[in-house]
Amino acid sequence: MSEQSQAIFVNVGERTNVTGSAVFRRLITDGNYNEALSVARQQVENGAQIIDVNMDEGLLDSKAAMRTFLRLIAAEPDIARVPIMIDSSKWEVIEEGLKNVQGKAVVNSISLKEGEEPFLEQARLVKSYGAAVVVMAFDETGQAETADRKFDICKRAYDLLVDTVGIDPNDIIFDPNIFAVATGIAEHDDYGVAFIEATRRIRKELKGAHVSGGVSNLSFSFRGNEVVRQAMHSVFLYHAIKAGMDMGIVNAGQLDIYDDIEPELREACEDVILNRRSDAGERLLELAERYRGEEGKQAKKKNTEWREWAVAKRLEHSLVHGIDDYIEEDTEEARQNFDKPLEVIEGPLMDGMNVVGDLFGDGKMFLPQVVKSARVMKKAVAYLLPYLEEEKRRTGMEGKSNGKIVMATVKGDVHDIGKNIVGVVLQCNGYDVIDLGVMVPAETILDTAKKEGADIIGLSGLITPSLDEMVTVAAEMQRQGYDIPLLIGGATTSPAHTAVKIEPAYKNNAAIHVNDASRAVGVVSKLLSGTARDGYVADIREEYQKIRERRANAQAAKNRVPLEGARKNAMKIDWAGYEPPQPKTPGVTKIDDVTVKDLIPYIDWTPFFAAWEIKGRFPQILDDPNRGEAARSLFEDAKRMLDTMVQEGWLQPRGVVGLWPANSDGDDITVWTDETRTKKRATFYGLRQQAAKDNDRPHLSQSDFVSPDGADWIGGFAVTAGENPDKIKEFKADNDDYSGILFAALSDRIAEAFAEYLHERVRRQHWGYSPDESFKSEELIAEAYRGIRPAPGYPSQPDHTEKLTLFDLLDAPDNAGVTLTESLAMMPASSVSGLYIGHPESAYFAVGRIAEDQAKDYAKRKGWTLAEAEKALAPILGYEPSENDEKSAA
Amino acid sequence: MSRKDRIAAIEAAAKERILVLDGAMGTQIQNLKPSEEDYRGERFADWSSPVKGNNDLLNLTKPDAIREIHEHYFEAGADIVETNTFSATTIAQADYKMESIASEIAREGARIAREAADNVTKATGIQRCVAGAIGPTNKTLSLSPDVNDPGYREVDFDQVYACYYEQAEAMQPFVDFMLVETIFDTLNAKAAIKALLDLADKTGEDVPILLSGTITDASGRTLSGQTTEAFWNSVRHAKPWAVGLNCALGADQLRRYVAEMSRVAGTRVLAYPNAGLPNAFGEYDETPAETAEHIAEWAESGLLNVVGGCCGTTPGHIAAIAKAVKGKAPREFSPRPPAMRLSGLEPFALSA
Repeated sequence: MSEQSQAIFVNVGERTNVTGSAVFRRLITDGNYNEALSVARQQVENGAQIIDVNMDEGLLDSKAAMRTFLRLIAAEPDIARVPIMIDSSKWEVIEEGLKNVQGKAVVNSISLKEGEEPFLEQARLVKSYGAAVVVMAFDETGQAETADRKFDICKRAYDLLVDTVGIDPNDIIFDPNIFAVATGIAEHDDYGVAFIEATRRIRKELKGAHVSGGVSNLSFSFRGNEVVRQAMHSVFLYHAIKAGMDMGIVNAGQLDIYDDIEPELREACEDVILNRRSDAGERLLELAERYRGEEGKQAKKKNTEWREWAVAKRLEHSLVHGIDDYIEEDTEEARQNFDKPLEVIEGPLMDGMNVVGDLFGDGKMFLPQVVKSARVMKKAVAYLLPYLEEEKRRTGMEGKSNGKIVMATVKGDVHDIGKNIVGVVLQCNGYDVIDLGVMVPAETILDTAKKEGADIIGLSGLITPSLDEMVTVAAEMQRQGYDIPLLIGGATTSPAHTAVKIEPAYKNNAAIHVNDASRAVGVVSKLLSGTARDGYVADIREEYQKIRERRANAQAAKNRVPLEGARKNAMKIDWAGYEPPQPKTPGVTKIDDVTVKDLIPYIDWTPFFAAWEIKGRFPQILDDPNRGEAARSLFEDAKRMLDTMVQEGWLQPRGVVGLWPANSDGDDITVWTDETRTKKRATFYGLRQQAAKDNDRPHLSQSDFVSPDGADWIGGFAVTAGENPDKIKEFKADNDDYSGILFAALSDRIAEAFAEYLHERVRRQHWGYSPDESFKSEELIAEAYRGIRPAPGYPSQPDHTEKLTLFDLLDAPDNAGVTLTESLAMMPASSVSGLYIGHPESAYFAVGRIAEDQAKDYAKRKGWTLAEAEKALAPILGYEPSENDEKSAA
Repeated sequence: MSRKDRIAAIEAAAKERILVLDGAMGTQIQNLKPSEEDYRGERFADWSSPVKGNNDLLNLTKPDAIREIHEHYFEAGADIVETNTFSATTIAQADYKMESIASEIAREGARIAREAADNVTKATGIQRCVAGAIGPTNKTLSLSPDVNDPGYREVDFDQVYACYYEQAEAMQPFVDFMLVETIFDTLNAKAAIKALLDLADKTGEDVPILLSGTITDASGRTLSGQTTEAFWNSVRHAKPWAVGLNCALGADQLRRYVAEMSRVAGTRVLAYPNAGLPNAFGEYDETPAETAEHIAEWAESGLLNVVGGCCGTTPGHIAAIAKAVKGKAPREFSPRPPAMRLSGLEPFALSA
């Protein structure tokens, strides 16, 4: 608000005054506060800039009524936007009012009636509560009637307030008493003039102070004749304002414009108010007869245009403006337009609430307004409830619940509008909702969910600490073994937070972020649907997984070291002091003398059980109190099938080993044609770790384990358990899925066992650097031996395309019967391949995420475009590649 | 040195330059990752309810850590630090069933900050001050927690007043200012102001008041719905030494409201924004350099007399802010044209 828009005359609304308005009094004594608020709202709509609230009624607990009404107004933003005038003749009622307004209010009123002592005490309280104050021209001897006495009392009060108490003169409003004129009593004739005169002097001499008055007193003699009363008020104000009156308690909706008053009536009023002739009162009385009963002819100029709109628009208007006056009739009209009452909620009412949500999001509505909208919504829904019940009865759904949802705003947070809306919408859709309210500790939520047998738990929160509290609740659900979906909503919540923090904390069931109330029903119905649930949850999980990956990428990008730096920090092996072992059988060797029986001791059973979702270490898993029985039975079946397999020769394992002279070249490994090491035969490309390390560990590439210039070697292998399509067909024909899966799982284990077996054989015989090695199978599994066999596509070298080089060197299709599909998967499925590296310090590692500089460098080395490299390395990119396909590796 | 002398010194400094307030206490405490046991200390080892997160309790159980945080902020360039007493009221402490020691927590918080200020003043020769932090409590006088019962209140004015009076009385011997901050409901603040005015009346001790409201979101309103100017009109009777805004928003989003306060307030203006808006994880990402860039612009635009940081800010932010405002003139202020200035949710003025 700019300085220019300051008021020069302030209308104080008077209709919320039980002493002045019979309608309002009845509403308050009947406890109909809702309707009473409508009265207040109308006044503000009609232009009252301050509203006067008075609860001085003998039969009323005025203090309680004042408190209740002011608190209710606080929840009505279109009323609460204006200041309140707290009006009472009892100080305790005024003080109660002051304790219930956040704005700067006006106290109406205090006076010197009881002397200076209470006057000063009340004035000090006015100051410490922070209010302006109306002071009546009233002292120990009574109300002032003449201009002089009015001024003298006001001057005395002014000096006390300003000098003794220290109140800002601008916060003082004098009410020099407007009394009734034209009463037929001669002494009253000058009351109008006395007020106007006193006003002039106060405004001139008591700097800063304002003048106000209750205008309706003036026309008391003309009760029942609204036309005349309004004319009198307008005329009086016209003159009093000119004298400096700048505030008045007037019915803002019922004031004539001075110039619009009929000239004859206006003149008669002026004669009375300014006391211009002795018969003025009688003349006005005569004239007044003509206007009797004319009120009501004047069309009420209320802002009712919106009532003409279509019903959906009207509902929206009511929701946005928080008006509940028409909500029931409009809801009824909408109900008749739809087939089912629920469609009114899901249609126009939700649409209206979405408008509210949008406006709130844009900052065009603020919280208290939204609260009101929610209340109007609730009212509309309450109206529809009997119809909804009826509909249920009709469709035989009565008493049936679609499911039970426990909802709460988490501990530490008091915001619940969104949650309440969700609750309403869900209830309307036939769900039982148990709303635990706000500030709810995790235990209460979980206990209630358990006790009530809830199908879903919903958590809401608006402030950031609520995010952590939601994680706490999720973790508790996990710990206590809950297995129902968890919904997350509220302003600060996000799919990102749910995906990264909440879902990982709660794995038993789905954890799903719900954007807004309109989505809640869809989500809940899918979660509780027998058919749609699994697909929906899988989709969400996948989406959240992607979000987590994206975030991990973004996080990773933050702490990558440049490739140059990573290379400088490569592992430094003392090659000078290293004599690379020379292989006993260099070149390529076919392995076709191995049977399944040879491989059984090498089987690592732990992954076998994991494949059946029986998680735990072998052999301890066999004795597990919960899963032991299932594990033992499965193990028996597996051993039986293995026996049959061996006896009947279901599978013929095949493999191939190659050993070639090689040297490292930066991050890559060069494979030479022969031991002269002059002609390159192939290159195994490598990727180097780039994660920033807070220790002095090197940034590894697999090439670090191969000598750059010594007579070093590298190996490669491909093995397969073989395959047996006839057996699979046989199981299928028998509808024996169990045996089918068992066979596949065993084939995988045999392939892995073959890789383990062959690696040992290579170390002892073919390469022969550990001829006397003898490890037990557990030690083999624990990789206690020297050397590694990293596989392309796995963490040490995540690029699957390196298999092409390996398979070419090994001639794997011919030598082992293993081929690569277009997507570089090995056929038969139960196959394993990899490199052999022999240095004692060689170890498995994960390249982890790489930065764009390495992707570019790698592309260049492999002769790819950057886009090709980014495609092959997609799972380990530590950055968001740009969409541009054109870019090259340069 | 008496409080009067200290205030005189800081007032003289405020004429010359923009004063610097400290940054977040909570963020610093979080960095220490205190455990439930740390919060409890020996004295509350057997306390019946969990107390982790009751940062103000650390005034009793980890006073040295709190004093150190104050000292770090002074060293970073703060002229005034806030006591670690944001929730040291009976109402806020009820969450931990610690109503009975709320006043002790407040008193110790004030004493610790006083020690830190005196230590640093002595060491540097530059007057450092303490503002007794008075938070909003976790209950609100203008809003109902129950959407179906808009007239309901969890607390009443007298209860809030009483808890503030007790807190202020406990802190008074040690502090230079009383800071009513993070005001999201002006009626709570009015209860605090009344308590402060009454306490001053009773003790004859005139402790200057600082007020800081909180604009909660893009609507530009406090949580209880007031605009910046309406808020100022509601609290002007406190005759604050400075008034301003803190929390909820980062400097970027808060600027227009600080500018508005600067336009309307006939007293010093203070501001301490968050380190940006929290990300999806409730963490604050804005770096000291980023925050300081905004603050430098505010200072150049003449919006500021006192500036610091709220959630997510660190001694690093305060050092950067202190550097950014160094040598820049403080905002000049004069009374607005006289008028009766009232408010509901929106401001109202009637010219004199």
